[in-house]
Amino acid sequence: MDQRNFTYMFYGFAAAWLILALYVVSLVSRGRKLADQLETLKRTLSQEKG
Amino acid sequence: MFDKILFGVGAASGLYLVRNLYTMLMVLPDEAAQGMIYRIMFFHIPSWWTCFICFFIAGAASGYSIAKKNFRADSLAVAATEVGLAFTFVGLATGMIWAKIIWGIWWTWDARLTWAFITALTYAAYLMMRNMIPDPNERMRVSGALNVFSFASVVICYKAIDWWRTQHPGAVMSFRTGGGNIDPAMEGMTYQNLFAFLMLCLVLVTVRLRQEESLRTLEGMRRLAFTRQRIAVLG
Repeated sequence: MDQRNFTYMFYGFAAAWLILALYVVSLVSRGRKLADQLETLKRTLSQEKG
Repeated sequence: MFDKILFGVGAASGLYLVRNLYTMLMVLPDEAAQGMIYRIMFFHIPSWWTCFICFFIAGAASGYSIAKKNFRADSLAVAATEVGLAFTFVGLATGMIWAKIIWGIWWTWDARLTWAFITALTYAAYLMMRNMIPDPNERMRVSGALNVFSFASVVICYKAIDWWRTQHPGAVMSFRTGGGNIDPAMEGMTYQNLFAFLMLCLVLVTVRLRQEESLRTLEGMRRLAFTRQRIAVLG
């Protein structure tokens, strides 16, 4: 029971950290994509203006 | 400067969580009935409170955005909902792992768990619905209304253990029971982890809010580019 208890406690901690870490990674990746899209669109608009 | 403060708060929350991890593993004793598995509660309870706070902010921001036609409040609602949903998944996952040891099952359809599941589905539906409405005004109004009404499921979820007899344990924190149901050191640890989660939550909501604002700018620029193209074609 104690060994199982420890294993599942580890799973619980790992799940909490992993979910939050995955969310942070997804935020960073979406932020990068957004910045790229904004930059591309700005360039396109300024070219059209010129 | 603001970015540095944000980074500082994020780093502080990470360090605080690591410090809390040390305390809960090395300082606090095992619980008499549950053994060491009870330590999952130090993540489970704060994650639910954090998501409830996020959903409250989201509901209030949605209400304000509809009343005042404020797009920034709408962005805050999206940011708070999304971060709240991440903490909801932490609450669900940690609860299920704890249940597997204590109850012998991963899940049961009792009132608290069912409403927790409904709450997660409702807020996920809110985020999905936003992607289906192209017009920003319509999106703010329709999804905002859903967000305001979704808070009812949070209230029911919170009160489910008082209103119905559930397999889920009843309230243990002293502010709800008057004390005596939890060791003060264990209760203190729960509040400390809640504080660390709230700091992390503040950083995540701010970052997500900025992204939502950038997305709005991007949408505006796309519309401008499209209009220009149409004028060029027609003229």
